[in-house]
Amino acid sequence: MSLITTLARLEAVDSGRAQPLATVRHRHLTDRPLVLVPLTTAGEAGAPLGALVGTDRAAPRLITVAQPRDRDLRFAFLAELAEAVLPHIESYADAGEPAERNETDPGTGKKVKVEVELCTDAAQLIVPSRAGIDFVRLLGRSMRFRRTVEDDPDTPYPAPARVPLLGRWLTHYGERARVPGSSLLLAATDLLNRHWATGQSSLEDQHLGALLAWIDPPEGEPGSAAALRAEAGRDRAGQLFCPPAGPATDPAFDNRLLAPAIERYDRARTALATAEDGLAADARLGELSGAEREIRSLLAGVLRPTWDAVWRGLDLLAELPEGARAEDRWTRDRWSFTGHRDRVRAGEPPQPRRDDAVTAAQKLASRETAQAQLEAQEALDDPLVLAGRRLAGEAFVGVVTDVEMAYSESKRPSPRPLVTVRTDERPHLGERTKVYRSLDGKPQTAEFVAYVPEESEGVLDGGSADEEILLVLRITDRMGRGKEPAPGSVPEPGDRFAWTLFEHDQRGGPKLPDPEDTPWTHGGPPGAAADGPAEKPDPVTAEDLL
Amino acid sequence: MLATSLGSPAPFGQSQFALVRGNAFEKKVKADGGTELLRLLFERLGSGADAPGEATVPDLTAAGPAGRAARTALALREATAAGGWALLDHPMLALEVAGSPAYLEPDAVVVHPDGTWTVVEIKSFPMVDSSADAAKVGAAARQSAVYVLALERIAEVTEGAEVGHRVLLVCPKDFSNLPTASVVDVRKQRAVTRRQLTRLTRVEDIAAALPEGTTFDPGCSPEELGSAVDAVPAAYAPECLAACELAFHCRAKARAEGAVETLGRSVRGELGGLTTVAGVLAAAAGKEGDPADPTVAALRRAAALRAEALESPGSRGGGAACH
Amino acid sequence: MTAVLDPGAAAARATDAILGDTLRGTARGIVVDSPPGAGKSTLVVRAALELAAAGRPLMVVAQTNSQVDDLVVRLAEKAPDLPVGRLHSSDSDPYDKVLDGLDNVRKSAKAADLAGLDIVISTAAKWAHVKNVEPWGHAIVDEAYQMRSDALLAVAGLFERALFVGDPGQLDPFSIVGADQWAGLSYDPSASAVSTLLAHNPELPQHRLPVSWRLPASAAPLVSDAFYPFTPFRSGTDHGDRRMSFGVPSDGSGPDRVLDEAAESGWGLLELPARHTPRTDPEAVRAVALVVSRLLDRGGAATSERSPAPVPVTADRVAVGTAHRDQAAAVRAALTELGVTGVAVDTANRLQGREFDVTVILHPLSGRPDATAFHLETGRLCVLASRHRHACVVVCREGVADLLDEHPSTEPVQLGVTVKFPDGWEANHAVLAHLREHRVPWRP
Repeated sequence: MSLITTLARLEAVDSGRAQPLATVRHRHLTDRPLVLVPLTTAGEAGAPLGALVGTDRAAPRLITVAQPRDRDLRFAFLAELAEAVLPHIESYADAGEPAERNETDPGTGKKVKVEVELCTDAAQLIVPSRAGIDFVRLLGRSMRFRRTVEDDPDTPYPAPARVPLLGRWLTHYGERARVPGSSLLLAATDLLNRHWATGQSSLEDQHLGALLAWIDPPEGEPGSAAALRAEAGRDRAGQLFCPPAGPATDPAFDNRLLAPAIERYDRARTALATAEDGLAADARLGELSGAEREIRSLLAGVLRPTWDAVWRGLDLLAELPEGARAEDRWTRDRWSFTGHRDRVRAGEPPQPRRDDAVTAAQKLASRETAQAQLEAQEALDDPLVLAGRRLAGEAFVGVVTDVEMAYSESKRPSPRPLVTVRTDERPHLGERTKVYRSLDGKPQTAEFVAYVPEESEGVLDGGSADEEILLVLRITDRMGRGKEPAPGSVPEPGDRFAWTLFEHDQRGGPKLPDPEDTPWTHGGPPGAAADGPAEKPDPVTAEDLL
Repeated sequence: MLATSLGSPAPFGQSQFALVRGNAFEKKVKADGGTELLRLLFERLGSGADAPGEATVPDLTAAGPAGRAARTALALREATAAGGWALLDHPMLALEVAGSPAYLEPDAVVVHPDGTWTVVEIKSFPMVDSSADAAKVGAAARQSAVYVLALERIAEVTEGAEVGHRVLLVCPKDFSNLPTASVVDVRKQRAVTRRQLTRLTRVEDIAAALPEGTTFDPGCSPEELGSAVDAVPAAYAPECLAACELAFHCRAKARAEGAVETLGRSVRGELGGLTTVAGVLAAAAGKEGDPADPTVAALRRAAALRAEALESPGSRGGGAACH
Repeated sequence: MTAVLDPGAAAARATDAILGDTLRGTARGIVVDSPPGAGKSTLVVRAALELAAAGRPLMVVAQTNSQVDDLVVRLAEKAPDLPVGRLHSSDSDPYDKVLDGLDNVRKSAKAADLAGLDIVISTAAKWAHVKNVEPWGHAIVDEAYQMRSDALLAVAGLFERALFVGDPGQLDPFSIVGADQWAGLSYDPSASAVSTLLAHNPELPQHRLPVSWRLPASAAPLVSDAFYPFTPFRSGTDHGDRRMSFGVPSDGSGPDRVLDEAAESGWGLLELPARHTPRTDPEAVRAVALVVSRLLDRGGAATSERSPAPVPVTADRVAVGTAHRDQAAAVRAALTELGVTGVAVDTANRLQGREFDVTVILHPLSGRPDATAFHLETGRLCVLASRHRHACVVVCREGVADLLDEHPSTEPVQLGVTVKFPDGWEANHAVLAHLREHRVPWRP
């Protein structure tokens, strides 16, 4: 944590209110995000319990599982979830615009521009917490290898038609969420934590209710008190005022309310199965739907506060203006969304269980690029983020005091003006360290030449803090092709700029071999491996039903 | 319970769904005299030996933890001497710490025909596509390392016995309740625990180093523990919230004292000798502290940069920001 | 009793076996583990020259430009007429200007310009961009443990066979984003190149250089036990082969006493009173600077197997190691204030692979209120504790052992990942326990 962030947290403690960590919003929010609040069954992987989902805060769709161990009920839940999510995704997948993409021509190996379609916007998915993102990933994994009757008429326990497709989309969203700065799938807690510092630890910040209590406390109450109530406040029946944001439930809810209700449901179902005549069956059906209604109402009761909290968080975020470069990152999300749409449409198999060597390396490389780019873009968009980089010696703000024209020593001398900058900051400059400033939105490069000795004697690179120092930079590019620099391309005395030691744009890494050319050091081409093709369905056994 | 009586309830307890599921899973793994368990163990760790057809499952019942521990030691010796496969279901192991015996109960220990003893841990978190939650696996590895240490004390006096440093972790596979297993090398955790046990002198530190469910003999009464809680110096850190019933109590105390640790351990790292919220803010505001102290100087620089960024027109899209 | 080979013979036998496998073996890869100062660079240069002499052109992959330039210079020293290609990036100042003075070295940013030369050397990053060339028959990959698996993936298509050389005890490669999803996979892109290579090719011959020529007899056992518990090594010199003395006697101050202790025993711990401090603890920083300045002022001189006559320990033979960059900057400023110049002051990452007579270390955990994974990382302490030929002085605040006890190792464990030894927490304790025997408490 940078000292500036620490300071913001301490100020939050002192003032009883969260303090800003950003002056702009660093993530793109669409005008119609799909919010998903899922719950899962304790102790079991991928056994959903219920969910609220939708784009209208006033009318969430409630989907529940009355008996989470019943495979049919679980499939019914997943089918209904697919019905709620897929049409939303598809409405975006169907609207495209022409765009150009660089591709390598397989024949010549040359880069060529290809006309393709890019979705004009992408479907955005918001979950309450980071655990929600993991759950989306887990749901995706549990669904994408399922077989439907259409896939295989003989498959035992076939999955409902659209479930595998939902699994593939959720897998894509879950994987995309690992890319730094991506906004296809976001957790409300992450979004809020990026923009505000609370007076508690980052661990406690994972609690959506407590987090909102600090950011937007009730009138007249300090954030800490409101947060404590959100964390631990219980009603007379021992139930939390602010249930966990999921997917885990509160054990007290499970034990005191949910378990008895599920038991009643099980009993009613057994009773219905043993009903001896129509009249008895009617009465018992009534009991069964009563028991089911009770479970639905219990789950709705613990889901709704989280649902409302997510929307409240989105409202708070919407008040911040969007950072200038967030749109650029969203465009990448649109490419990612379009790419997945195209793979689905082309009939490609679901994503494998684990990446092959080349895919893993490619993903890691592109995420590292995305991370560096995100850090640079956020600093360029937001003076408060830049302040953190300045404190760390990775950027500085200074006033130009002098400009001296100079030229490179080559056959065709180019301008290499020497610019003297005064600053009271202490950037980590070494011999010929490169620094960058933004010139019309593009980076201009300079290199550090020397510190200017002051009149008085003094240590040049370690002078005590706050003292002003003079340093000389040599501008090396973006001055046009002529012998004289293009107008406006060289700083002038009196100009005050931010210079960064980090690059503004990121170069992509080298091209990796194609998977079928995986070298011997990495096990050779995949598929040659003994475990065979990865996209076999999970074996389905009676054990699935617990 | 203790936390509740101190007036600071922490969100603890286990869902009965998880409990039922966990118990059912362990029972399933050990069903039929441990056939499935031994099959998994043989598949992962059985090099050289004959496949376990029939394994002995000795009766380990005895009175009291000390009696059960003695019974376990005897069963281990007999099984090792017999030279076949044996499965010890919930054995009891004694480990002396700071002068008093602690009793530990692993899920199972398997004796191989060659005299190797393998600790088996059965957990109910899933292994999905051969990977599992690393924090949970880490906790299981530390827990198993303590069992390995306790077993080593018995093996020292048992002819032909050797304790394996590779333990078998059994978990549900993917989304099913079918068991699958993975071998975990616990040499690191064993070395760490061994050094901890020789260094630790305070009971509460030792308790923290041992697996949950460890019983001490004689045990501490809740009253003793309660007074011990306040005697412990302010060592609260947010990580405590996930691990200890008393964390809410300690947090309230730490917050009342204005301790900066309430914001996370890493916060302390940059604040040097400053330990309170008020102290840090006063230093940052220039009201207290020696400007020659690097912490104070850095705080003031941070405060000035933060204020500039928040106030400057730059924060509204111009000024010094790189637009 | 079996005959114990003398260090020279043991090292020569290992080297012969390695060169034998390289020149005459059939395995596609050979892995050589080299502890600190065991002659890794010498081996790389010798293997390269022998391959070239046998008429087998090769490519050499190193990790940084300075490593590449250093190898080029060493090759030129041994074989001034051998044509060597230095493949470099197209940035400004892509290589050390010293190379311009070497007639046998051709430099280019294009691999095609260097085709046909006996040896072509570059960084892994640059090699990764080389496409559409005829693969080399041989390669040498230097510092292979510091190379990431994905970097090897990008270059492995360029060669048929390779010799991988590196030090497993140094800092691991890292990634700036999470890579947990691939943990346990044999080809985890964030793991080291060697772990991937061996996971897929466990049958490859693995060698070990058994003797450290750098570390003195006082340091090799500690470093070997603490950081290489399963691949032990020894020192090439014996107790008494290396001595250090001072022209000016001790003034009785802490820095002088710890210098005497270090001169005598090879280790010294200057322990300041317990206190939580900022990273750039002014007292500790000043203590480090004082120790260095007293070492130089007192006319430190060393005798060794290289020179029986005392050789002055000059500033260029001394280094200061820290965990963080700001600490290094603070020490540099403190040294400047004391009028000391020419001493290398840097972080563990940047001191990797370098050698000095005396090192002065600011202990990574000194004055810290917490022990994070970064500060406990085994490789960091190993690098800092294994740069010296004569003596190592550690400056530290009291209380680190207690700090370690309060932060027991609770590392997460990924299934399927081969355990890397040792544990940082345990290694820190082991080193501290040893240092305590050379403790000089001092209140500045």
